[in-house]
Amino acid sequence: MTVAAIFLPLLGAFIAGFFGRWIGDRGAQIVACTGVALAAAFGVTLFVDVALDGHNVTTQLFTWLDAGDLQVQWALRFDTLSATMVAMVTVISTMVHVYSVGYMAHDSSVPRFMAYLSFFTFFMLMLVTADNFLQMFFGWEGVGLCSYLLIGFWYDRPTANAAAIKAFVVNRVGDFGFALGIFAVYALFGSLQFGAVFDAAPNFAHTPFIFLGWQVDALTVTCILLFVGAMGKSAQLGLHTWLPDAMEGPTPVSALIHAATMVTAGVFMVARLSPLFEYAPTALAVVCVIGGSTALFAASIGMAQNDIKRVIAYSTCSQLGYMFFAAGVSAYSAAIFHLMTHAFFKALLFLGAGSVIHAMSGEQDMRKMGGIWRLVPVTYVLMWIGSLALAGIPPFAGYFSKDMILEAAWASGSRVGLYAFWLGIIAAFLTAFYSWRLLFLTFHGKPRADAEVMHHVHESPKVMILPLVVLAAGAIFAGWLGYHDFVGEGRESFWRESILVLPDHASIEAAHHAPAWVGELPFAMGVLGIAVAWIAYIWRPGIPGVVARSLRPLYLFLLNKWYFDELYDALFVRPVMALGVAFWKRGDGAVIDGLGPDGVASVTSRLSVRASRLQTGYLYHYAFVMLIGVVLLVSWYLLRQIGS
Amino acid sequence: MNDALPSFVPALPEMFLAASAMVLLVLGAFQRGPHVAREIGWLGVVALAVTAALVMSFGYERKVSLYGMMVTDGFGMFMSVLTLIGAGFAIVMAMRFNEREGVARFEYPVLVLLSTTGMLMMITANDLISLYVGLELQNLALYVIASFQRDQTRSSEAGLKYFVLGALSSGMLLYGASMVYGFAGSTNFDTLAHTLEASNASIGLIIGIVFVAVGLAFKVSAVPFHMWTPDVYEGAPTPATAFFSIAPKTAALALFVRVMIYAFGELVDQWQQIIMAISVASMILGALAAINQRNIKRLMAYSSIGHVGYALIGLAAGTPAGVRGILVYMAIYVFMNIGTFGVILCMRREGRLVEGIEDLAGLARTQPMLAAALAIFMFSMAGIPPLAGFFAKFYIFMAAIDARLFWLAVLGVVTSVVGAYYYVRIVKIMYFDEPKGAFDPGIGREMQAVVLISAMVILFFIVFPSPIVGAAELASATLFPG
Repeated sequence: MTVAAIFLPLLGAFIAGFFGRWIGDRGAQIVACTGVALAAAFGVTLFVDVALDGHNVTTQLFTWLDAGDLQVQWALRFDTLSATMVAMVTVISTMVHVYSVGYMAHDSSVPRFMAYLSFFTFFMLMLVTADNFLQMFFGWEGVGLCSYLLIGFWYDRPTANAAAIKAFVVNRVGDFGFALGIFAVYALFGSLQFGAVFDAAPNFAHTPFIFLGWQVDALTVTCILLFVGAMGKSAQLGLHTWLPDAMEGPTPVSALIHAATMVTAGVFMVARLSPLFEYAPTALAVVCVIGGSTALFAASIGMAQNDIKRVIAYSTCSQLGYMFFAAGVSAYSAAIFHLMTHAFFKALLFLGAGSVIHAMSGEQDMRKMGGIWRLVPVTYVLMWIGSLALAGIPPFAGYFSKDMILEAAWASGSRVGLYAFWLGIIAAFLTAFYSWRLLFLTFHGKPRADAEVMHHVHESPKVMILPLVVLAAGAIFAGWLGYHDFVGEGRESFWRESILVLPDHASIEAAHHAPAWVGELPFAMGVLGIAVAWIAYIWRPGIPGVVARSLRPLYLFLLNKWYFDELYDALFVRPVMALGVAFWKRGDGAVIDGLGPDGVASVTSRLSVRASRLQTGYLYHYAFVMLIGVVLLVSWYLLRQIGS
Repeated sequence: MNDALPSFVPALPEMFLAASAMVLLVLGAFQRGPHVAREIGWLGVVALAVTAALVMSFGYERKVSLYGMMVTDGFGMFMSVLTLIGAGFAIVMAMRFNEREGVARFEYPVLVLLSTTGMLMMITANDLISLYVGLELQNLALYVIASFQRDQTRSSEAGLKYFVLGALSSGMLLYGASMVYGFAGSTNFDTLAHTLEASNASIGLIIGIVFVAVGLAFKVSAVPFHMWTPDVYEGAPTPATAFFSIAPKTAALALFVRVMIYAFGELVDQWQQIIMAISVASMILGALAAINQRNIKRLMAYSSIGHVGYALIGLAAGTPAGVRGILVYMAIYVFMNIGTFGVILCMRREGRLVEGIEDLAGLARTQPMLAAALAIFMFSMAGIPPLAGFFAKFYIFMAAIDARLFWLAVLGVVTSVVGAYYYVRIVKIMYFDEPKGAFDPGIGREMQAVVLISAMVILFFIVFPSPIVGAAELASATLFPG
């Protein structure tokens, strides 16, 4: 069953991808959806069996590498952490698959799309069930590949290609860190198996390690390097620039990969490696600061964006920040809890946005929407549910998980924990604000689209709405249902040994004893955010314009995403491009080509012309050449004879 | 026994061939009819086949006869058979061409037979005198063959150039032979081989050897004694060019090898430098000058210069492996050239000959089989595995490396890369350029057979290399007594 849960999507991808021409669009859709649906059935069964009933299993497949000391197995590791992820990934993936049947119905390459989606699902499952670092890296790179393929799915659009390349390159930076981290792990522990490494981790706390000529704490460096990988994949501050651009991909892709699953791989990785991070408090502090900063930073940008998908993309970035600072204060279970609830409501929001875009004939700019709530009532309600969950309004899912994260951050008592807590509180306000800004701009007010578009506004087909309903159910109930097991009283027996928290890092326990105001503050901030959004966009619609004008520098700063793209462009892209052009034109073109292929070729052809010019056609020239030859040979021997 | 007449049996092939030539000449002179040339031609082929059978009947054993003037051994047999094959194909290939060009005269096969007789004598010569007699017999016939299309100035010019330069080279050879006789006291190869020692080689003897080598280098058209080759190849009628590039080259190379390896074998350190020099010069010039050619016959001239350069590497090695390399190389070279010239002879558009490389454009679409065959020959000449041309070069380079002539092998590889350019360019022109109009159809059944046979040999050498390689192995051993 474990094998089936992982490899059915691969099989589906294989059939849809390679035989799509024969089985047709419909066939590819059926095959791919069946594959993931079965995987989801197995995944949920496994979740019940492994996580709830406590039957951990590790399925050994076969030996991958056996070179000297390095031995790597293909194995599927099922404990509570991975079973949770498998169930979540397969369920969301199934919903997205089904949704795509409707959303991509008019696309010209449906089988390719379905194949990529299933292929991605396989890699994601590979990543979460990895039993060693290398297999995790395999899945890690695989999801990166699929992300690249899917962002650039509409490869005839230059912007999509640019976004795909950007995502790939930025992830390369992170992956480089991840790879270095893996090397460091192997250098330290001599093994890449999770079990062996985790068992040995306590012995290596405070071990010095020479890195770039500096003597540093081994585990801290290792964990920070690994976290750099997580930052790339999870779009954390500094390496986040690819995520908003990734919205060039089809909306189901944004929902599945860039909201629910792949981008959370970094959080999963930190949780999975909790036995390492727990012994590297400095690294945890770094995680916490980066996470808290990202939460606020991304939320602030989200306020000023006009593209409906970009708002949600920055929201994702911000929520990932929450998860990271939860992990940073050792509240891994809270991070995974939020990861799970977030997967539901963020997928819901994205797919809902897709439904809106679908209704608006492909329009994504919120300034050209408005007043359509009567026309798409179901989508409207679903978007409300998603936003309520995101803003952390009880009893929706986000309330439980976000509250727990913030309480844990406060309760951890550390300085970085408090830093993250206060940034998180502000971000909670901003989150509510931009969510309702989105809702009000999109659905309320006067229609700003032209009559032609408004005429075509229609509710999406059932095949798109049904998955949304399922996700909405998750967004409503997941928090309430999961609270007990994930972060509540039952957490010890639920997580067991899949997550390690040292006794003096027990922030979740402390969170349960936090003062009441800590738990109520996020909720209050959420309500405040909604109220402000209502004032600004419904009651007095003139306010945003006034604010934007009077605080123009700040507005532009946010609109332009803190100028990160421009900064990177000036710092990295342009110098590298200049260097590349220099190498290309001067190095390769002039020197290598000039001396090498081109030079040799031109010398050859020049020599060739000369050689054929020797052939004058005159008999006496020929005889002369022969005589010269004889004279040369004879004098050579005469000179040699004299010399000897 | 000394007074008695020596046994003429070892000379039987040469005598038979000479006699056949004369009989055919008489036959042709008295025969009337439209197909005389063709009939005489086929009879000539039969005569060559019989001669080949006679040559082969002697086996690999080394036998000296006719007062030491002549030797039959495995090496001679191998080269003789190769020459005879080349001559036979040359006659067959000429038939239709000569008919179309209006020069279908029965003298052509007769001249080929006479020239071939001279070649056999060269190959089996065991004395500088018999060598010279064979060489001149061959040459005289070749001069006539070159100017066979006598109403065309090009052809006459080719014959004249060949004659003048050939006379010059013969003079040098003869001069060298007299020097050798003067300083070594003998012209007999056995005597030379036994009396010469590396330690007491006088400068006069060495200069004599240089002149002999120059004379022979002219015959194999090695640089810088190659100057006649492009002009004669271009000017002579195409079947004559084909014949030039195959039979005389094989015979002359055989002679070269026998004189150097056997007669002057003890002085290998002395003459090795000459051979290396002309080998390198030939490889480089063959590769470079061919690039710029527009005429395919001229291109083949430079190609043959390059091939001789490679073959001479084997001679420079001076080892049995080197000689074996030459034998294999020449065998494969003969078939590659037969095939290539077979295709060139079919290049005829609207009743006129075309010889430009550009005229091959789009041949793959108009005559796919012909194009495929030419592509096989070109790839083989470029030395691309798994075709025979690769193995030809392989054995040569192996021998060079065994003889520690590394830089010679490296240079050989480099020039064959340069050379690959113009061979592969022909394939590119045939397969990727826009067709210029089809060649005239109906290349004739005998021509189809010629191209097919040589293509098969080149293609399947990798599967059955043993007939050639094994025979070459045995043949090369006979040159190294003891």
